[in-house]
Amino acid sequence: MSRRSSDDVAVDPLRPSDHMDSTDEVTQPALGFVGWMRWGWRQLTSMRTALVLLLLLAIAAVPGSLVPQRSADPNGVTQWQVDNPDLYPVLEFFKLFDVYSSPWFSAIYILLFVSLIGCVIPRTKHHWKAMRALPPRTPARLERLDAHRTEVVELAADADAAADAEAAIGLAERQLKKAGYRVQRYDSRGSFSVSAERGYLRETGNLVFHGALIGVLLAVGIGGGLTYTGQSVIIEGRSFVNTLLDYNSFNPGRFVDSDQLTPYSLTLDRFDVTYVPSGEQGGGQAGDFAANLTTQLAGEQPQEGVVRVNHPLDIAGDRVYLMGNGYAPTLTIRNADGDVVFSESVPFLPQDTQMTSLGVVKVPDGMPEQLGLVGFFYPTQVQRADGAYASSYPALINPVVTLEVYQGDLGIDDGTPRSVYTLDTGDMDKIAGRGVDEAPTIELAPGEEADLPNGLGTITFENEAPASTEGYDGSVKRYVSLSVHRDVGAPWVLAFALLALAGLLAALFIPRRRMWVRATPSGHTLQLTYAGLARGEDPTLDAAVDQVAQRHAVQLDDVLSARGGASTGKVD
Amino acid sequence: MPGSSPLSLDDVSLLLVWTAIAIYALAFVAYAIDLARRSAMAVEVKDRELVGAAASGRTTIGQVREQERAAEAALNAPPSQRPRLMWARIGTSLTVLGFLFHLGGDVTRGIAAGRVPWSNMYEFSLTGTLLIVAVYLAVLFRYDLRFLGTFITGLVVVLLGGATLAFYVEIVPLMDPLKSVWLVIHVFVASLATALFALAFGLSVLQLMQARRERKAVAAAEGEAVKAGPGFLRTLPSAEALESLAYRFAILGFIFWTFTLIAGSIWANDAWGRYWGFDTKEVWTFVIWVLYAGYIHARATRGWRGSRSAWLSIIGFTAVIFNFTIVNMFFKGLHAYSGLS
Ligand code: HEM
Repeated sequence: MSRRSSDDVAVDPLRPSDHMDSTDEVTQPALGFVGWMRWGWRQLTSMRTALVLLLLLAIAAVPGSLVPQRSADPNGVTQWQVDNPDLYPVLEFFKLFDVYSSPWFSAIYILLFVSLIGCVIPRTKHHWKAMRALPPRTPARLERLDAHRTEVVELAADADAAADAEAAIGLAERQLKKAGYRVQRYDSRGSFSVSAERGYLRETGNLVFHGALIGVLLAVGIGGGLTYTGQSVIIEGRSFVNTLLDYNSFNPGRFVDSDQLTPYSLTLDRFDVTYVPSGEQGGGQAGDFAANLTTQLAGEQPQEGVVRVNHPLDIAGDRVYLMGNGYAPTLTIRNADGDVVFSESVPFLPQDTQMTSLGVVKVPDGMPEQLGLVGFFYPTQVQRADGAYASSYPALINPVVTLEVYQGDLGIDDGTPRSVYTLDTGDMDKIAGRGVDEAPTIELAPGEEADLPNGLGTITFENEAPASTEGYDGSVKRYVSLSVHRDVGAPWVLAFALLALAGLLAALFIPRRRMWVRATPSGHTLQLTYAGLARGEDPTLDAAVDQVAQRHAVQLDDVLSARGGASTGKVD
Repeated sequence: MPGSSPLSLDDVSLLLVWTAIAIYALAFVAYAIDLARRSAMAVEVKDRELVGAAASGRTTIGQVREQERAAEAALNAPPSQRPRLMWARIGTSLTVLGFLFHLGGDVTRGIAAGRVPWSNMYEFSLTGTLLIVAVYLAVLFRYDLRFLGTFITGLVVVLLGGATLAFYVEIVPLMDPLKSVWLVIHVFVASLATALFALAFGLSVLQLMQARRERKAVAAAEGEAVKAGPGFLRTLPSAEALESLAYRFAILGFIFWTFTLIAGSIWANDAWGRYWGFDTKEVWTFVIWVLYAGYIHARATRGWRGSRSAWLSIIGFTAVIFNFTIVNMFFKGLHAYSGLS
């Protein structure tokens, strides 16, 4: 509990005028422009405003968890638009899909931080001075403080009471100093006293905490501008070179020069994954993902590196993360003359945990018309009761690719960017697949070849496994999607966050208190008063005063008898 | 569970957990009887005092303060000098017994799974409630908080019982993203913070009830005769004392929550490639942090100390529970580790 009394409490540390501990009432604004400005500033930097802004911040953060956010879940936003076409524009108007960069959210936290700065700067100045100032004069009536204790010591008949009092206070001064207090003697003719204060670190901690919050915000803001992230897909045996060209998508911060990326290359030697055998608890669950890479920095020896979940690879200040993986069936297409018009490993996107995957093949040249193929890949193909295919296990037990063939215009000749994972069939006709009578869906296992419809040629699903392999192990290549990040702000954010935590510990747990010991000689007795005053929360103040009194009493006899004026016991 | 095979370790764990729930339920009953008896006791004491005073039958604020001072002394008394409340003792003994079974259930689950037992909703609940009881029992050494016994055991019965019924999943291997030391640290510390917030919440609720009683007593002194809440309040410390105790638990919880936030960001940076992304779970962790920062501020703001700040502590804990249940189950996000499908 915080105990407040006596008049000098409010004087320092300087806190906003509506802080619990301050005594000055909120004053009326002085008239005039400057007066109003000053009043407004005072309002902004008051505890109440800080509190209201904090609560507003908490409330304002909530909608972003209810509605999908473009930054975290862009597909969710698109889906939301499809599901709620009428509400979408309303929410969009209020920036509810970009809550955390919206003007209203920004307004709240910017105001809060302005308030914070306005609060911290004057308090820092004041605290700086307070740390240099002497502990305050001993109050005239210590008995008025909530935590106090009085002892009366009987002195020997021949004792010099004033000298004993001085010795007693000298002892108290030494003891308090040893206990970490800053001490100052205030002796006058009739009484001797020591004034002591400790716990400046509490206010220091508070200021460090609030200051570090500003640091976190700055580090996030500035760091964000220097950050880039890029995604890339690498198929086993292939390489990625860290240039803009090789990224599938690239999001640079405002100050990033995309042409100045550190040159290095990553080659995917092998992708490992283990699956829980079917039949066991959690059958089919994937784990122990590992992308085994060869890394090569310009002008250096190649090195081995592994990227795992939770364990990104550090290279040249970038961090490489494993974001996804899948199968990349190798397909070869020949035209009617037997010329190879397409031969590539095509990354198929996994659609479920059993790795049923969807992929697209585009053949722009070498055929009478452009060809497009849409296919499913099933690592372990089974037929469901309704006749549809599914994959029942994510590893290669019974791999099958099924393909439907389209002919016409791929729509890529005019330079319009198209995703490699989707086929725009608007200007194309289906020439093989479901619903086409003459040519059903093509089905291939690794190593098999089939004819394309209308005598267009053939398609082969290459078996990538070494010839001696039994079963289908390794028959289909794997690919990984990697995400490359550079975030120079992150270490700073962490440093400021830890600083805030340290400040918080000091601010909340170091007791800030004043302690006084006064000795008043009268005749052959010595009246000793011990009193303490808490600055802020201090549940242990009473115990602390008791302890000071007790320690003092224990040594007092020795001190006094050493002076020759032995005391003869105490009366309360 | 396979019916024919002998009990697996996980079955043993489940059995221990159900036993613990039953014992906690008994402890709840004992603590409830204790509160009821406190009311009766308090009435007796009052009657005895009033015979001499020949008073009007109303409690004055002076009497209220007198009771509260006695209660505050009892609150801080070391265990050996506490009032001998038989039913509270039974309640505490049962809670300790329940805790041992609970601990056994938690540890066997961990051994059966071969990892820390806090990697899905069921296990979070198991370990989280264990920590709530552990913190409560540990605090009993310092403060006589047995008047919170009904709240703690009631809360644990509801959470643990509900989790075992609704969230129980059999042991499956850990998903890759969870294989991290940060799982051990981040989730454990978050549970610890939750336990401390729970205590603060209970005290804040009592603080509001006690403050109401004090207000009523002041009003009664001016001539209004009113019934001022349940009788056991007469054996509790003042609203102010309850508040400062609640605050102490809340700031401890806040420290742990701050650490949770930082540890979570470090983990997110390793697992997802960014330390912060306003994922739903991150948003709620942040909201809770800001709410408790608000609570701490309110305690230092003129006009907000007292009942208003108590409401913030109550809202804060409500958000913690909301974050743990509703957000985990129904909100879409990257933290898809409830283990439920
Ligand atoms: C980013 C927003 C803020 C957060 C998260 C925050 C958080 C906190 C926390 C956790 C404490 C308790 C720890 C301590 O005593 O150091 C605290 C105390 C304090 N804050 Fe803030 N604060 C914020 C903004 C402000 C602002 C704008 C002001 C100025 C009006 C302010 C003034 C204070 C004061 C005076 C205390 C000491 C309270 C006491 O005496 O117990 N804070 N703040």
